[in-house]
Amino acid sequence: MSVVNLVSFEDALASYDPVMGLEVHVELGTATKMFCGCSTALGAEPNSQVCPTCLGMPGALPVVNAAAVESAVRIGLALNCEIAEWCRFARKNYFYPDMPKNFQTSQYDEPIAFDGHLDVEVDGEVFRVDIERAHMEEDTGKSSHIGGATGRIHGAEYSLLDYNRAGIPLIEIVTKPITGAGAKAPEVAKAYVAELRELIRALGVSEARMEMGQMRCDVNLSLRPIGQEKFGTRSETKNVNSLRSVERAARFEIQRHAAVLSEGGTIVQETRHFHEDEGTTTSGRVKEEAEDYRYFPEPDLVPVAPARDWVEELRASLPELPRLRRRRLQQEWGLSDKDMQSVLNAGAIEPILETVAAGAPADQARKWWMGELARRANESGTDLTAQPITPAQVARICALVAEGSLNDKLARQVIEGVLNGEGGPDEVVAARGLAVVSDDSALGTAVDEAIAANPGVADKVRSGKVAAAGALVGAVMKATRGQADAARVKELVLERLGVEG
Amino acid sequence: MADLTRYTAAETAAAVASGDVSAVEVAQAHLDRIAAVDEKVHAFLHVDTEGALAAARAVDDRRARGEELGPLAGVPLALKDVFTTKGVPTTCGSKILEGWVPPYDATLTRRLKEAGVVILGKTNMDEFAMGSSTENSAYGPTGNPWDLSRIPGGSGGGSSAALAAFEAPLAIGTDTGGSIRQPGAVTGTVGVKPTYGAVSRYGLVAFSSSLDQGGPCARTVLDAALLHEAIAGHDPLDSTSIDAPVPPVVEAARMRDVRGMRVGVVKEFGGEGYQPGVMQRFHEAVELLRGLGAEVVEVSCPSFTLALPAYYLIAPSEASSNLARFDAMRYGLRVGDDGTRSAEDVTALTREAGFGPEVKRRIMLGTYALSSGYYDAYYGSAQKVRTLISRDFDAAFAGVDVLISPTTPTTAFPIGERADDPMAMYLADLCTIPSNLAGNAAMSVPCGLAPEDNLPVGLQIIAPAMADDRLYRVGGAVEAAFTEKWGHPLLEEAPAL
Repeated sequence: MSVVNLVSFEDALASYDPVMGLEVHVELGTATKMFCGCSTALGAEPNSQVCPTCLGMPGALPVVNAAAVESAVRIGLALNCEIAEWCRFARKNYFYPDMPKNFQTSQYDEPIAFDGHLDVEVDGEVFRVDIERAHMEEDTGKSSHIGGATGRIHGAEYSLLDYNRAGIPLIEIVTKPITGAGAKAPEVAKAYVAELRELIRALGVSEARMEMGQMRCDVNLSLRPIGQEKFGTRSETKNVNSLRSVERAARFEIQRHAAVLSEGGTIVQETRHFHEDEGTTTSGRVKEEAEDYRYFPEPDLVPVAPARDWVEELRASLPELPRLRRRRLQQEWGLSDKDMQSVLNAGAIEPILETVAAGAPADQARKWWMGELARRANESGTDLTAQPITPAQVARICALVAEGSLNDKLARQVIEGVLNGEGGPDEVVAARGLAVVSDDSALGTAVDEAIAANPGVADKVRSGKVAAAGALVGAVMKATRGQADAARVKELVLERLGVEG
Repeated sequence: MADLTRYTAAETAAAVASGDVSAVEVAQAHLDRIAAVDEKVHAFLHVDTEGALAAARAVDDRRARGEELGPLAGVPLALKDVFTTKGVPTTCGSKILEGWVPPYDATLTRRLKEAGVVILGKTNMDEFAMGSSTENSAYGPTGNPWDLSRIPGGSGGGSSAALAAFEAPLAIGTDTGGSIRQPGAVTGTVGVKPTYGAVSRYGLVAFSSSLDQGGPCARTVLDAALLHEAIAGHDPLDSTSIDAPVPPVVEAARMRDVRGMRVGVVKEFGGEGYQPGVMQRFHEAVELLRGLGAEVVEVSCPSFTLALPAYYLIAPSEASSNLARFDAMRYGLRVGDDGTRSAEDVTALTREAGFGPEVKRRIMLGTYALSSGYYDAYYGSAQKVRTLISRDFDAAFAGVDVLISPTTPTTAFPIGERADDPMAMYLADLCTIPSNLAGNAAMSVPCGLAPEDNLPVGLQIIAPAMADDRLYRVGGAVEAAFTEKWGHPLLEEAPAL
């Protein structure tokens, strides 16, 4: 491994203009594989979701999954792409043990979608990323290399192959060269992948969980001296699998390229591996010459020709684009940019919306998800929505507060109970006896005791210092362990002391 | 009792259905015949005695229960070893698949079983269907029952030889460049390449996906039609399968009437390189058709001369990709896996040891033709030639109902004669290849013995795609007229084994 003395990011950008190309693979969430009827469910026993077709058995043939084609068209439309009137699959030929046929059924010069764009926002500024193409292909199986120190094939004793993933539908989305982002290039890369992920989720075509490998990003990057038209030689950093890593990989490669170039060196066109822990990349396979995949049209499949009226139907049924939806919700909820950003960062949009849908006012829903629930998620290091409480339960808590049965303090205890698995909000309220006490006879006793115990305060109130009543109310609240309806307590205190509130 | 191995398929089915014979008796008679002659012929790579008898018993049981039997129930069949058979070895004539037992049936296999056809076993073939003589089988050549020192054609030589040797009344072949028709021609049997997409390719181990087509082989045109009907039809597991009704081939085979049909003689097939006796029998067939009331005209298809080179770019290109899956990882042969070698090395050693020279030659040809920088010149140009050939066919079929030619330029050549001369071997498919490139339908039907060597000659009949019934109409009439002229079916002149 060659050690490079990195150039600082600022110095790199002072001399060079970064050009990026992003290739994102998305595993579609179809029930079955791209070319056979096998299940795509994750987590099954190795090689339990396989058949002659996805194992590449002699004689077996592929049949295109119509649901995958529909997903591809919808992704293409959402990315403002042209949808091909007629396109074919192609075979990409290369040998690798986890690829059962030793060719990948993909698309080559006839992608199903092409020439689109996706607008992303960085610091409130809209940046347009042009899309070259989105095409359909199949995933490979998975190799596990056993016995080596690194888990890589080098040094391993043997390898195990799991073909459950082989044939899972993939959409590969390729950008045109992204130029003009300058110092914001790493953030644009991250924002693009984040926006694409949101879009994929909004379309409901994949959960696009990067940590599960359902969405994988290759970052291609080159530098050219500022003012030069011609692109420099690029490196291809493969399988960058989190948003943060996308940004870091781009940043690192900018610094590394700048270091090599500024010392008069040349960039080798190669595949690079990104190291999550250090935020660095190292050289993988050097591409001495462009790999020859010997593409040719897949003779086992007939062309895909999406009917125009069907495409228009799909276009008409596209969901609101995530960026526009965010803007709308921000307005509806009356949030500042900063508050909206916190909601986004917390991943709270969907739970808030679902809570609203379950009957809660938006401000209340946001208050609980961004407050108590976000705090608890942070403390326990879990995702906000991974906590064992449903939006409907949060909405019920909001309703209990609104009708006066709970106050905020009690509501927090109810949330704690629900998260502890003590049941739904009403069950927790009943089991813990948390209802607000607003029964006048019960409260009256407590008020009388408070007045008796604090004669000095009582006199002040009687003499017209109404604000002093707070201490009496506090005493009652303390005595009732917070379950009293504070507003009613205050009324009773003033009434007992003969003062108008 | 009459010799059951001499029955046609139609006669066998009728005898089983009426109870004159049991399907088990029929199967046993054929198994006995195989035991008696196949050491000499070597038509079979694997005889599935138990499976055949069990299938025959099932037919007999169904009959005993009074169930209605299909038109081929109880009829034995020899299956080319390129179709997968669940639980029965499938080798494609290659060492690389030695011992492989498929976990699934090809659609064609399943349909045969559902029709009550009794599959006797798997027949010899050129490795992965690459060849015209069956000499490229890794398991040794098959002899032509007319002269065991000669080739039975290829790649489906095992199937054609099994028919000519009376080891089975029906067989299945696959035709990528002529591998059903050319073996049919040189063994005096009937072979049909249906329209591309008529018979499912699911479970047919691919040689060249855009050209491969399974089809029926038989000793009579009617038997071929019955088998055609049993195996053809739409299959959702094969995307290239035609979703339309099967043409009325059985009805056409029974018509025996070509009056008013327009028949085109392909001008380009004949002359230099064609054996005089083959052309003589072909011309007699032309006259016979004219005598039967067909209108015969000469038709020119100039692009056909480009068919052979185009074929030898397209077929190897697809093969190079189709055969990539034989990598020792999941099934079949594995060589060099001693714990010290990488997967890549094991794959390379396995392919080195497992593929024969012709297969390697074609993988290399195809890999080269598809490589970047050469694609347009080779694969791309070949695809354009393919279009030109289709246009020639379209133009010809605008004026005629069927085209005819000799099936193959020569009669069966001696084993070994062309083994070291691939170009000479490739010429055996000169007349058959255009139909594969265009995807239309074609048949070979016997038209006599060449006077100089007393070996069978085939008449090729070509029909437009989806008009397979025309083959049977013309073939049936030609067969009936010749049988009447000769006083018996041609195969009765074959020497006893």
